[in-house]
Amino acid sequence: MPAPSDPSDPADGELAGSVTVLAAASLTEVFDDLAASFEAEHPGVDVVVSVGGSGALAEQILAGAPADVFAAANETAMATVAEAGLAPEATVFATNTLELVVPAGNPGGVAGLADLGRPELAIALCDETVPCGAASVELLALAGVTAAPDTLETDVKAVLTKVLLGEADAGLVYRTDVRAADAAVVGIEIAEASQVVNRYPIAALAEAPNPDAAQAFVAFVLSAAGRAALAEAGFGVP
Amino acid sequence: MSDRTTGRGGAPNPAGGLDPGLVARIEAHRGDVDLRLEITATPGLPVALVGPNGAGKSTTLAVLAGAHPLDAGRIALGGRVLAGDGVDLPPERRGIGLVFQDYVLFGHLTVRDNIGFAERVKRGRPAGRAAAEPWLERFGLTALADRLPAELSGGQAQRVALARALAAEPRLLLLDEPMAALDVEVRAEVRTELGELLRGLPIPTVIVTHSRADVEALGDEVIVVEAGEATQRGSVAELRAHPATPYVTRLFATPPE
Amino acid sequence: MSRNRASQQRARRALPAVVLAGAGLALALLILPLVALVVRAPWDRVAEIVGGDVVGPALALSLGTAALSTVVSLALGVPLAVVLARSHAWPVVPRRLLRAAVTIPLVLPPVVGGIALLLLLGRRGVIGAWLAEVGIGIPYTTGAVVIAQVFVAMPFLVFAVEGALLSADRRTELAAATLGASRAQVFRLVTLPLVGPGVAAGAVLCFARALGEFGATITFAGSLPGVTRTLPIASYLALQSDPDAAIVLALVLLAVALAVILALRDRWMPGVRA
Repeated sequence: MPAPSDPSDPADGELAGSVTVLAAASLTEVFDDLAASFEAEHPGVDVVVSVGGSGALAEQILAGAPADVFAAANETAMATVAEAGLAPEATVFATNTLELVVPAGNPGGVAGLADLGRPELAIALCDETVPCGAASVELLALAGVTAAPDTLETDVKAVLTKVLLGEADAGLVYRTDVRAADAAVVGIEIAEASQVVNRYPIAALAEAPNPDAAQAFVAFVLSAAGRAALAEAGFGVP
Repeated sequence: MSDRTTGRGGAPNPAGGLDPGLVARIEAHRGDVDLRLEITATPGLPVALVGPNGAGKSTTLAVLAGAHPLDAGRIALGGRVLAGDGVDLPPERRGIGLVFQDYVLFGHLTVRDNIGFAERVKRGRPAGRAAAEPWLERFGLTALADRLPAELSGGQAQRVALARALAAEPRLLLLDEPMAALDVEVRAEVRTELGELLRGLPIPTVIVTHSRADVEALGDEVIVVEAGEATQRGSVAELRAHPATPYVTRLFATPPE
Repeated sequence: MSRNRASQQRARRALPAVVLAGAGLALALLILPLVALVVRAPWDRVAEIVGGDVVGPALALSLGTAALSTVVSLALGVPLAVVLARSHAWPVVPRRLLRAAVTIPLVLPPVVGGIALLLLLGRRGVIGAWLAEVGIGIPYTTGAVVIAQVFVAMPFLVFAVEGALLSADRRTELAAATLGASRAQVFRLVTLPLVGPGVAAGAVLCFARALGEFGATITFAGSLPGVTRTLPIASYLALQSDPDAAIVLALVLLAVALAVILALRDRWMPGVRA
């Protein structure tokens, strides 16, 4: 039996084995799609996408997790990995902006950012220690709104879940999350949102167990096909 | 019910006069055992139930104490019906003392509190402790009063179990294999003392055993129980002289300890 | 004292090497991560982080809610354990159903438990919608934290108490009854003390589990400092931005849990004598 990365593997002249991608939670759906497309192009490769909070993922990499690619939801998380010399070449591959999200039917009658200050509504935001929360704080400051949150969640998907279940009348999430959640929730665009842009860097990791496949996957994300998929999901593409 | 309190003062020496004692006709079943047994017992003449394992001896005690239901029959004690005739008193209202084979003392209570338990449930903890004093003295347990059961020898634990049961001033005392948990070296002495104690009690006593030595020392009347039924009744001498079943023959063929 | 002699002899007999090796590995698996936590802790920053504005409110909230959850679990869990212990005499189907109901929170991912609680008690929940009508909202409150903790932690107490009840000698209750004790007296004076160590052990387990509760709490109750953000949630959030702080928070949690377990052991188990 040939080793997984045996370059003479007849099924694929170039790439084989598995490639582990650590991706920010907000990339869940689009990276699942990208992984499937990449696997279709390289039948010998098995892409494993592991999603989580960007900070937690960065910690895993620093602790020596055997990962090949890191895609973060902000540049801070990537910076901690780069400082340790583990992400030599990071490239911004997508941007994202915030959107108000309300349950279908908008029971709280939410119209704009200012409604996040209404104490009678149940408001879910990201905690400011996670990227979507930092962006939310910046956006609210920009708009001059003092929010009255009932919960500060640990990641953006948790905010979306609260709104999906109708347990929150409004929340701030990435517009891509609203797109992915479909009809169960309604997104409300905010004028100031375009000024608070989250930049998503991606890097093949220095200690990748499968460096060739790692480079190829990063290149694929940055390719025309990758950009199209990201744009389709609602990301800005630089 | 009215006779329940008569003659039952604070002293460990109740009732006088003619006590009809225990008059029981028991029909019950438990597991494989179908029990059909008549027992009578009067004060001063301990009755020994002897028989092979699984014959129904322990079930008999459980039925008498109210821990196992009577299917048919009648249990009367001192003229009062405890079970049967539409009556089925719970254990706490039967006035029957029970000494278990391994004593089953309350492990979290001291010797004094074990003995005072019956008084405590009636009149509170201080009363219970006070009531325990004469019993501690009578059973030579005063020095051990503050120990926990785990800190007692087998013989000491047996004395506590007896004192605890008698302190409740029962109208009948049941003992299940009273010697079985004791070290062999002390059995003979304890058995002699127990025999004196039981014969001096003003209440009937029933002892379950499968040991020849117990039967000879403690059984003024002997009932042989086999497969749930009495196969022979009489004194030790009668049984020894005319064993009615192979079991009885074997029993008296075993060497004394 | 023949019983004591036997147990001493048992203790002196050497255990097979395979048992010792397994036990050693198991212990290493349990202890080494905690050792690493202590070794890698940023000791120079401990004072600063513990003195900061994150630890205090989160610790107070965690201690308060875990204590309340333990009290609620005792009040509801002990009766449930009594029923569970009696259920051994029941027909197979109801007996298994009851046992499964108590087991489910142990095997369910806590986050799923949190979702289930939302679906029951949330604003659109089966009962919660009705409560919302009369103006009672449960999610996002400290009460929701307690409910989530009870859901996750009570089974530990129930099984511990059930075990104690099953291993308790029922004849002790009969002995008490023959001495004239009523049913209530038997329960109070004999049954409870008999299962006391089991109840105490269950309460400690329950408290420890409630103290560490994360998934069901954040899903059902949310995460707001001083209201619903318990120490585990604060620790997880700190991991996103300041891993040092996360380690220190974890140490605080560990220290508290150890302190409580040791304190309760001495206090509640007088029967265990040196």
